[in-house]
Amino acid sequence: MMHIQARTEPSSLMKVVSPLLAIALTLFFGSILFSVLGKDPLQALHVLLIAPLADSYNIGEMLVKMGPLLLCGVGLSLCYKANMWNIGAEGQLLAGALGGSAMALYFLNSESAFALPITLLAGIASGMIWAAIPTYLKLKFNSNLILTTIMFNYIALYLLIWAVHGPLRDPEGFGFPESALFSDTTLLPTLFEGSRIHLGILFALISGFIAWFILSKTHLGFQIRVFGADEPAAKYAGFNSKKLSWFVMLFAGALAGLAGVSETTGPIGQLVPNVSPGYGYSAIIVAYLGRLHPLGAIIASVFLAVLYMGGDLAQIEMGIPIAVVGMFQGVLLFFLLACDFFIRNSLTFTNKATN
Amino acid sequence: MKLKSLFVGLGLLASVSAAQAEEPFKVGFVYVGPVGDLGWSYEHDRGRQELDSYFGDKVKTTYVENVPEGADAERVITQLAKAGNDLIFTTSFGFMNPTLKVAKRFPKVTFEHATGYKRSKNLGTYVLRTYEGRYVSGVTAGLMTKTNTIGYIGSFPIPEVIRDIDATFMAAKSVNPNVKMKIVWVNSWYDPGKETDAANALIDQGVDVLMQHTDSPAPLIAAEKRGIRAIGQASDQSKFAPNAHIFSVRDDWAPYYIKTTKSVMDGTWKPADFWGGFDEDMLSLASINPNLPAAVRAKIDETYTAIKSGEFKPFTGPIKDNKGNIVVAEGHTLTDQELAQVNWYVEGITDEVPR
Repeated sequence: MMHIQARTEPSSLMKVVSPLLAIALTLFFGSILFSVLGKDPLQALHVLLIAPLADSYNIGEMLVKMGPLLLCGVGLSLCYKANMWNIGAEGQLLAGALGGSAMALYFLNSESAFALPITLLAGIASGMIWAAIPTYLKLKFNSNLILTTIMFNYIALYLLIWAVHGPLRDPEGFGFPESALFSDTTLLPTLFEGSRIHLGILFALISGFIAWFILSKTHLGFQIRVFGADEPAAKYAGFNSKKLSWFVMLFAGALAGLAGVSETTGPIGQLVPNVSPGYGYSAIIVAYLGRLHPLGAIIASVFLAVLYMGGDLAQIEMGIPIAVVGMFQGVLLFFLLACDFFIRNSLTFTNKATN
Repeated sequence: MKLKSLFVGLGLLASVSAAQAEEPFKVGFVYVGPVGDLGWSYEHDRGRQELDSYFGDKVKTTYVENVPEGADAERVITQLAKAGNDLIFTTSFGFMNPTLKVAKRFPKVTFEHATGYKRSKNLGTYVLRTYEGRYVSGVTAGLMTKTNTIGYIGSFPIPEVIRDIDATFMAAKSVNPNVKMKIVWVNSWYDPGKETDAANALIDQGVDVLMQHTDSPAPLIAAEKRGIRAIGQASDQSKFAPNAHIFSVRDDWAPYYIKTTKSVMDGTWKPADFWGGFDEDMLSLASINPNLPAAVRAKIDETYTAIKSGEFKPFTGPIKDNKGNIVVAEGHTLTDQELAQVNWYVEGITDEVPR
């Protein structure tokens, strides 16, 4: 018989070595995979993992990709710390994109200096509203947060599609489902000439540090951690669980909403039906790879951004099909999670007869 | 030589080496779906492969598949330009603004965008007269239906799709005055699950000939299972539904890709809005089912020949919309520019264009 047993004291050495071990295993299996396909494994690994960081343009694009992953991942880390299983970052992101874009289109002919801040606030508020409804339903009617947040992802997606085909469609766009291009007053400024690195990425990094500060330096953060680790103990200590739930959900909704509005007012520059290639879902991976630590989320979001970009580069540079890249990425995530699992848990074999 | 492959891997010097005389002419493709979608992207990739074999060593092609129509598109197109591609085809409507942005930054690279309406010094557009194929489909559906109810699965309510619905219905009506058409929108170009649901919903409403403006073979498979007839889209889909399949209207991009590549290579390329249909062999009727009634088969051939020769043009007035307004005056045939703006349903379609 096989038993899985939680280790009482995970080895602190292994905690550091675990990701390295996972990477080594992936490189090994990746090399076999690429060799079988007749591709030079060293070149493939280079294109997949190093080329995305090899020049300033690519680093800039990696940061553009990382921004929304990090914003959503930080919010989710806090939610999961507090046992609030929010799967709704995608919907909150789309709500933010929709609300922010509606505001940006309202300011289409405006020169006001307040246009951009108000647009961003509209996006943040929309994300918060989208997080608030499932939170209310959970706290009031004890509905399942996982299910309601997933459903709200779809509602947000269809609202956005409806809006971009209807009221927000560019009147001069021949009926195509796109909004007008936003005016420069509502576009997020880029930080460096010639790159797409925009202010939203700075917001994402700051949010990571704010979340870290809240979680590890404030009484509120202490309550969240206790609440997540041992709910009865938290209640016994008199912590207000409703207040904590509201806080983490609204915080996550605000960040996801900001991610959405930062995409439309940043690299895209208009509202389109495909604002997000699933950032809100990938952010769940970011949160867990970062071990629900806001600073860990920074590393994890860089890592995922590199993987996604490497996939495109592998197609361009080496003609490796996207399906193979997907396999490689899957292998990497598998080893990361598996190594992590065996550091926290041990596998013991016992003889049935001796039981 | 090792050193050289390292540089290629870096991707940094690719654009430098492309300038050397012995380097092949490089052509890049951006696909919205996977090359295995057996529809839209699959046909573009078939065109790319034919381009490859036509020019042999003189041309080197690269593609990136599954590119989301959001912030990622601009990066992928940029990376193709940076990798030294001299000509880049972006093959989905959502790539329009990203292509325009990249085209501005790479004035020496030629860009061609499918189905869009924005052009510049180094950006041309190209589109298929899919409505010609629809007209033949409509005639066939009108003759084949026993319930006098034909079904249409729409992707997005953009002019191309609305125009095709109009052509289908006008054609069906021309041979069967009692015909009705039901339309279901799936808001996706490729989503086998939703397409199956849409097909089943239409069949439940009495539809016995099914057409689609989406790219997966799922509706044909549904038609085969439920024992009705269907017409394939974009590529030859006969093998998915040997009994249900009437014919497929197949896209063939190869003639255009070869022609355009030639003109860019010899310096005669100019940005234009290109429309190709039966006359250029960019549209064809593939795998016409041998078990069709002889009269239907004859009518298919007659309609096809009339359109191919230019003797008959589907959008010739008088045409009324379904609110009773005359949208094409008697004796007038819609110009390409007017075709690009069709946003009305023709008389007899008991539905509203989604707004």
